Amino acid sequence: MYRYDEFDSTIVQERVEQFRGQVARRLAGELTEDQFRPLRLKNGLYLQLHAYMLRIAVPYGVLSSKQVRKLAYIARRYDRGYGHFTTRQNIQFHWPQLPDVPDILQHLAEVEMHAIQTSGNCIRNVTADQFAGVAADEIEDPRIWAEIVRQWSTFHPEFSYLPRKFKIAVTGAPDDRAAVRVHDIGLRIVKNEAGEAGFEVWVGGGLGRTPIIAVRIRKFLPKEHLLSYLEAILRVYNLLGRRDNIYKARIKILVQATGGDKFAAMVEEEWEKIKDGPLHLPQAEIERIHRYFAPPSYETLDHIDPAFETAKLENPEFARWARTNLAKHKVPGYAIVNVALKLEGATPGDASADQMDVLADLADEYSLKEVRVTHHQNIVLPNVRKRDLFALWQRLKSANLATSNLGFISDIIACPGLDYCNLANARSIPVAQRLSRHFSDPRKLDAIGELRLNISGCINACGHHHVGHIGILGVDKQGQEFYQVTLGGSSKDDASLGKIVGASFSEDDIVPAIDTIIETYLANRADKAERFLDYYRRVGMDPFKEALYGPATARRPAAE
Amino acid sequence: MAAAAAPQMVTANRLSDGAVVYFTASKGWSENFTDGAVWSDKESADGALSASEEAVKARLVVGPYLFDVAVTEAGPKPTSARERIRADHKPTFEPDTGSWTGPIAD
Repeated sequence: MYRYDEFDSTIVQERVEQFRGQVARRLAGELTEDQFRPLRLKNGLYLQLHAYMLRIAVPYGVLSSKQVRKLAYIARRYDRGYGHFTTRQNIQFHWPQLPDVPDILQHLAEVEMHAIQTSGNCIRNVTADQFAGVAADEIEDPRIWAEIVRQWSTFHPEFSYLPRKFKIAVTGAPDDRAAVRVHDIGLRIVKNEAGEAGFEVWVGGGLGRTPIIAVRIRKFLPKEHLLSYLEAILRVYNLLGRRDNIYKARIKILVQATGGDKFAAMVEEEWEKIKDGPLHLPQAEIERIHRYFAPPSYETLDHIDPAFETAKLENPEFARWARTNLAKHKVPGYAIVNVALKLEGATPGDASADQMDVLADLADEYSLKEVRVTHHQNIVLPNVRKRDLFALWQRLKSANLATSNLGFISDIIACPGLDYCNLANARSIPVAQRLSRHFSDPRKLDAIGELRLNISGCINACGHHHVGHIGILGVDKQGQEFYQVTLGGSSKDDASLGKIVGASFSEDDIVPAIDTIIETYLANRADKAERFLDYYRRVGMDPFKEALYGPATARRPAAE
Repeated sequence: MAAAAAPQMVTANRLSDGAVVYFTASKGWSENFTDGAVWSDKESADGALSASEEAVKARLVVGPYLFDVAVTEAGPKPTSARERIRADHKPTFEPDTGSWTGPIAD
């Protein structure tokens, strides 16, 4: 697994001491809030509704068991005993006290963690496929490239004051688990006709108030040119991106205004000037980073483990969990385990300190000391022997971590919403909790099949509602919370943005409305193999509109 | 003629821990919503907001602002969902704070 080098240790330690001084000066009155705000944001510290919030970077979603244990310690000692895993593979603590934050950062530094690049108009913490390095369908491990991007982007002086925040995602598999087409830059590792691996480059995707699917500006970029090409994109954006209007400042607006082809031409022109300069990646450097991610010592095992197969036969509950929560590992005899933080009635993405400790212990015992965070707000134990799965499942079950709903309607993405967030218009979490209770019967989940339901508490779309098969957006109507429903979104290879079904629903009506949508789908789909998204794409919005609002002739025009 | 302005209160977050606080009639601060002073006209509300800035300079609070309330027989109530939630000092559900052994409450 990746370890910090001496540069990382030094800059993180220096940053802790800088921030300790800045907090002391703020508390002593030497800095005003206006002066302090940009400094605290550069250290991931926000001021929310009820308290400060500290967002901690988890580069490309990879954590060691030691780091998870430290997060549990921080949750207990400095917060309220829990943490919230986010859609950017990070973790947030919602109740830290300002004088404690330098100490928290010091604790994080001791396990090679920090809160750098989790806020502000810089290149944010890079995200990646949560199955990186272990997925059976992977072309190449994206962690190497995510790490190279991390090293290049951290404190990059030219890109520290971009027009707006900037998010890069990397995937190395054809099945896009990193939502690359809704990022400012999405990188897909692909092979060219000669069989060489390189990058397909997507630019200008994003959600928020202007959701846009990225455009592909390069079909194939040789790997050694990755950084110079990224630098060219960022330079064009930094020079031409709008700074006069925060709502039009993201690169997606520039790409749309310029046109994808013209934007690509500008990038290529800039790239020609720098591609053979200092950012050209020497093979030796690529290999050095590769060695950080050398595969652990896997045992030589058979694909089929008899004990695992027997346990599934003897225990239907375990069999169901194995069917829904496991993914195919590249090494025979191993499995990737998804731990859903989506317990019925609980907060999506929340884990208590005790649960974090359990996850750290299980990673030590069963997963070669490694844990991953997913942008679906779940956890992954990436390296589990099939023979250990039953024992692992029993341990997860006793810690309320064995929910068998991965990829189903109750595996909900939800932002913190108006229960915590200063920007939100409506609550997300209570809606997610009610929906997870409503759709708790495993037989019902099986009947519905694959379904992504995402909830955001405001138009900033941290809950990715635009790319949910069903999306819910909280809106404020004269002090009351209402919920707008979108259908047909996807963040995968077939990326699409959901469309608004009609007038929004009150807090009391939103769960029945989702139930109506599901019943409409179940009653009318061609067969069980036709997923909700497939059905929507085949028939469109009309059956849902009619079920929700009555026949078109009797309907008033929708308000939204 | 312009519509009469709604009654307002002044709120802020405490510098040290971000806790929600309300400006009182005696120009102090309280965590209790019910201790907050209600200003029924724009002039007195703006005056209260100006006075509250002293606490910003004194490093007690951050970002004071006015918000609308409805005055009822039971006392003032925030008119927005946001301020109703802030007044409770916590999320509207029980976060997953503790041991997992008990069921999560409805």
